[in-house]
Amino acid sequence: MIPSSFDYVAANSIPEAVALLQQHSDEAKILAGGQSLIPLLRFRLAAPSLLIDILRISELEYIREADGALHLGALTREAELETSSLIRNRYPILRDTSKGVADPVVRNWGTVGGNLAHADPANDHPATMLALGARVVAEGAGGQRVIPIDAFFTDSPFETTLQPNEILTEIRIPTPAERSGGAYFKLERKVGDYAIAGVAASLTLDPNGLVTYAGIGLTNVGPAPIKARDAEQALLGKPLDDAHIHQAADLAATASQPGSDRRGSAEYKRAMVRTLCVRALRKALARATGGE
Amino acid sequence: MSKHHIRVTINGTLYEDDVDARMLLVHWIRDSLHLTGTHIGCDTTSCGACTILVDGKATKSCTMFAVRADGRQIQTVEGLEQQGKLHPIQDGFHQEHGLHCGYCTPGMMMTAVALLRRNPNPTEQEIREGISGNLCRCTGYVNIVKAIQYAAEKMRASEQVPAGSGEGGE
Repeated sequence: MIPSSFDYVAANSIPEAVALLQQHSDEAKILAGGQSLIPLLRFRLAAPSLLIDILRISELEYIREADGALHLGALTREAELETSSLIRNRYPILRDTSKGVADPVVRNWGTVGGNLAHADPANDHPATMLALGARVVAEGAGGQRVIPIDAFFTDSPFETTLQPNEILTEIRIPTPAERSGGAYFKLERKVGDYAIAGVAASLTLDPNGLVTYAGIGLTNVGPAPIKARDAEQALLGKPLDDAHIHQAADLAATASQPGSDRRGSAEYKRAMVRTLCVRALRKALARATGGE
Repeated sequence: MSKHHIRVTINGTLYEDDVDARMLLVHWIRDSLHLTGTHIGCDTTSCGACTILVDGKATKSCTMFAVRADGRQIQTVEGLEQQGKLHPIQDGFHQEHGLHCGYCTPGMMMTAVALLRRNPNPTEQEIREGISGNLCRCTGYVNIVKAIQYAAEKMRASEQVPAGSGEGGE
């Protein structure tokens, strides 16, 4: 189908994009990789009167470690996260996540910033960023601010706490402490489908194997991305034995709020959250202790 | 609605046009330029029948606006054959019966060309993952995989830049 008509402008810099948003915030939409927005426009589920294309701002494409954090430019493509050796070696949970996004052709254009800013509860990066305790950088007319990821999403789908004149420009993830590991598991009916359920888990252990950090995020089992706080709390100070893994998985399943649809009943999805959480925690543990 | 002047190189030929902002790249390629080798299957970013190479990257041309292609290098299925000689991927689909109805074939071949440029010696698993964004509803994946393996072998054996890869390197 053909989208409703709109005006289009390609911004060459962040200040230019912000100025355009400032002028047209009510009717404008930022276009990044376009792999979510263009389908929405084609279905006429969205009809902004102006698209501000930011994809040519190439300085927003980078993957680098600095000052105790991994910095991802908002326009970093999924395909880059998938093939980067830094990501593969130091942040395998991000590679798990990118490889689960849509399909390889879509991943050539889809961006990590777009995956977050679109705030679809079915998107994969939100759960992973919640598990990792990421922060995002927003640039607006008033300058730059840093938003913790759990304050970036709201309880509603497709909604963030970005101001109308702000653009997400960077994602910051704490560099992993020693004995840290993370993993993302997604159950899907076929390549390219949204998750039936997805679970991201990130852990840090002390030298005795007790958990000092636990992050657990859930995909597509509620109206918004879910941070399973009770499950995280239950792991703190505990060894990651079977009993504690299962207890956390039960709490994660309780935190989920799935609806029944053609991907399965609510009961089935809750059971899948439990199973995927067990697998993600075990994989995170294996990675934290030097395995794969 | 804004109109935009674009200059796009497709299969080595420069095309210029004025397009509406909402014109999808696949519609411009098919309806304005009459390069109808690129197909439209699902119109929902699912099937990959419209896959082309944009600056060397496999791209679903139903999920890109023509205006965004301005200044870029594009390769479509029509650009594979060079001087009357089939590209090894075309030869592979012929030799290994990699097509049945043929609808998915142009997109499948363009995805395969990008895959083989990046990874000249893929495993069967890597091929299957690589084409997982391209759907064949004739259930023909076994021979499609064989066709890509055939092309990979031919391209490695010839150890030369394959025909049709002159534009839009990565």
